[in-house]
Amino acid sequence: MPTPARRHLVDARRVPRALHPLSWWTWALGLAVAVSRTTNPVLLALVVAVLGFVVARRRGGAPWARAFRYYLLLALAVVAIRVAFRSVLGGDVNVATMHVWFSLPRVPLPSWAAGVQLGGPVTAEGTLSALYGGMTLGCLLCCIGAANALANPKRALRVLPGALYELGVAVVVSLTVAPQLVESVQRVRRARKLRGGSGAGVHALREVAVPVLQDALDRSLRLAAAMDSRGYGRTGSVSRRARRLTGGLMVTGMCGLCLGVYGLLGASTPAMLGLPALAGGSALCVAGLLVGGRRVRRSRYRPDPWAAPEWAVALCGLVPLLVFLSGLGAPAAGLNPSTFPLAWPSLPLVPALAIGVAALAALAAPPPARAAVGGPATVPGPSHGWVRGPLETRAGRLGEPA
Amino acid sequence: MIRFEHVSVTYAGAAAPVLRDVDVRIDEGELVLVVGPTGVGKSTLLGAVNGLVPHFTGGTLAGRVVVDGRDTRTHPPRELADVVGVVGQDPLAGFVTDTVEEELAYAMEQLAVPPDVMRKRVEETLDLLGIADLRDRPLHELSGGQQQRVAIGSVLTAHPRVLVLDEPTSALDPTAAEEVLATVTRLVHDLGVTVVLAEHRLERVVQYADRLVEVHRDGTVTDGPPHAVLATSAVAPPVVDLGRLAGWDPLPLSVRDARRRAGELRDRIALVPPPAARRDPSRTSDSAVLRARDVVVRHGPVVAVRGVDLDLAGGQVTALMGRNGSGKSSLLWALQGSGPRQAGTVTVAGSDGAAGTDPASVPPARARRLVGLVPQTPADLLYLDTVAQECQQADREACRSRAQDAEAPTGAAELLSRLAPGIDPGAHPRDLSEGQRLALVLAVQLTAAPPVVLLDEPTRGLDYHAKQILRGIVERLAAEGRSVVLATHDVEFSASVADRVLVMAAGDLVADGPTSAVLTASPAYAPQVAKILAPLGYLTVDEVADALDRAAP
Repeated sequence: MPTPARRHLVDARRVPRALHPLSWWTWALGLAVAVSRTTNPVLLALVVAVLGFVVARRRGGAPWARAFRYYLLLALAVVAIRVAFRSVLGGDVNVATMHVWFSLPRVPLPSWAAGVQLGGPVTAEGTLSALYGGMTLGCLLCCIGAANALANPKRALRVLPGALYELGVAVVVSLTVAPQLVESVQRVRRARKLRGGSGAGVHALREVAVPVLQDALDRSLRLAAAMDSRGYGRTGSVSRRARRLTGGLMVTGMCGLCLGVYGLLGASTPAMLGLPALAGGSALCVAGLLVGGRRVRRSRYRPDPWAAPEWAVALCGLVPLLVFLSGLGAPAAGLNPSTFPLAWPSLPLVPALAIGVAALAALAAPPPARAAVGGPATVPGPSHGWVRGPLETRAGRLGEPA
Repeated sequence: MIRFEHVSVTYAGAAAPVLRDVDVRIDEGELVLVVGPTGVGKSTLLGAVNGLVPHFTGGTLAGRVVVDGRDTRTHPPRELADVVGVVGQDPLAGFVTDTVEEELAYAMEQLAVPPDVMRKRVEETLDLLGIADLRDRPLHELSGGQQQRVAIGSVLTAHPRVLVLDEPTSALDPTAAEEVLATVTRLVHDLGVTVVLAEHRLERVVQYADRLVEVHRDGTVTDGPPHAVLATSAVAPPVVDLGRLAGWDPLPLSVRDARRRAGELRDRIALVPPPAARRDPSRTSDSAVLRARDVVVRHGPVVAVRGVDLDLAGGQVTALMGRNGSGKSSLLWALQGSGPRQAGTVTVAGSDGAAGTDPASVPPARARRLVGLVPQTPADLLYLDTVAQECQQADREACRSRAQDAEAPTGAAELLSRLAPGIDPGAHPRDLSEGQRLALVLAVQLTAAPPVVLLDEPTRGLDYHAKQILRGIVERLAAEGRSVVLATHDVEFSASVADRVLVMAAGDLVADGPTSAVLTASPAYAPQVAKILAPLGYLTVDEVADALDRAAP
């Protein structure tokens, strides 16, 4: 790993640009699949550290780039909820052989709830296994959060294949409509006060809902008219047979994909079920998209290039994926440390190195494009991206003597 | 370029056609202005150009509309997207993407323009419209004028031969409207684009038009050169009204035309004393009904109103002007008490001479008896199915908020019939015209009998006739001793009705004085008559007519 000063030099020589969103998604999903195969808290903590590092180094200045923090909080909440539920619901069978920390008062439940118990002894084994499981889930969330923070979600939708273009547009439009709806509700509630209403309560619901819905309907009609007159949906005609073929291919392909993913991720299902189903499903989906995409006559403005950095970043994510799936260099106990009997989690070398490779994405990716100077007139606070530039420089110089 | 051949349009369920036997031919490179009262089918005419009528709206179109050799019967709007560009009244409602650059590229993506051509055209269009510095900005952050220019740009990138603009400046302040219209005329002159434009405020555009198409109430249209159509038109800008009054032929269309001919008129009326103050000053009470001190409104880090002091007297009509986003609405809402107010005091004198009350400190039901506000989108206040139900509900609300001893208030239905006679009580509020809906909301608000009435952008979407009616309503309110405040961009309307004009800029009150003094002080806010007859202090055609009467004997 280069020193901060060298890192700064490396960045200075490269042209800042946004990386292809698919590249970040491949990277993040690769890590996510790897994460799903382990409950080793040390490895999981390592993954979160890597995610945080890469996000901090390579996110842009846009609003969605600040999303990672919220995913992190969500992950913590997931862990906390899981541990809390496990403690309250208990359910340990061999309590006698476990390490009991303390006992919660037991709540008697009616007979139809047999098998469920509230309260009871809280054991180290049970809490730890809940903690590990929660960490895996939280880590998965963080992977998705990192992808969202690093890749502009709207640009990610733009890379959807032509056949799915309409779906992408629907998502983009609904993303823009949601804030408008909120604004509309606020406006109407404020207007209700002018008529003496308080804008609260069941009675006010109709008074607010009717104008808001009328407004939303009007707006969507105007949007539809605008899209229509600007050429949206100039797709030419598709024969009924081609449409059915596309549909059939996509549905079958999707089923295959689901089966394959289940087979791959679930450690208990045989890998023989997973891989062939995944491959077959993908092939069918690709065929469906190609058939569906043939009818599309559309071009793309400033498409994101797929160049060497994109390959490198995707590869950085695929390395942990392959290592974890193959179980290379790590016995099962290394990836899933035992909680019964209690054992210290170990740090298996090869998987740890593989996660380290994922961190290299921060170097492989070009620095993110900052907003041009004089661009946005309203800079939202000091946390905005391009303030970081000079600070980094100074940190780099300070770091040099050390 | 565009041919309407005996076109009639009838909407489903309508008794009579909206357009009747329209036979118009629009040639390449023309700027055609579509005029007519509200609700006569101007939008239908514009929509028929690219096939939105009837493909999108429904209804039956008889006859033929041919654009650049393509018949709209066989070509839906999307197949005409490369020939016709449409820009609506509210640009934000038509944006599909979220940044300027992507919005400019959207239409081209749909038309499958090759990427390298797209890139070039986007750059050209950014320069053509002067919005290059906005390229990465989110669309909703832009000002109204900027949004409208982006909307025009977003259809221009497809290189359409026809541009259809439906009231492109109705939401804009005078300066932003100038900006947009300058862009449009530049497109006509530099690129030879054919432009079809509908606009209520003719004073802004009529001098740029090559031809006028007037839509009549019965759905027929007449077209011809502007001065010929305007000689008999039901709607006319003040400059034309003045020309008609003075008997000039051909009629002047711009201030420049009129000013060159007005020498003799100026001499005639210079002899009579200048117009008196509009309202008898004795009738406006000296003591302020509403007194605001040091009002501050902030929305997050943005200061919308910056320490404004304001006294409003009874019987006075005040126009509140200023560019979009200068804090007019924030000030009105703060005065009413429903909007945020971070600092300062507002007191409204009680009708019974009691000590002043702060409308923000009392429940909303009581605040509306002190200050009534009609918001920018009046429809926000309406939620029932018929006009009659809305009126009954308004009466109930008025009774609820009223003290027991007070006399029974005037019913909303009666108020409405006084404000705008002839509205069908069984009609759905959404089916009313803009002017009628405004009158309905005003009637609802007046049931509370507030001494101060605030109207936020009441003239938006109103034609000259509807504005004339609104003017009558406002004058009646003032005659009843109420203080009326109108936030408006409409210079001509302010000139015709206001006693006092306030101008806001960046949250400050930058001008406050009698209408004639404030409006004639700056060219952007001067009404046409004032520009024509300067240095005489006339603001409206009515004043000139009055002066001519006095000069005659």
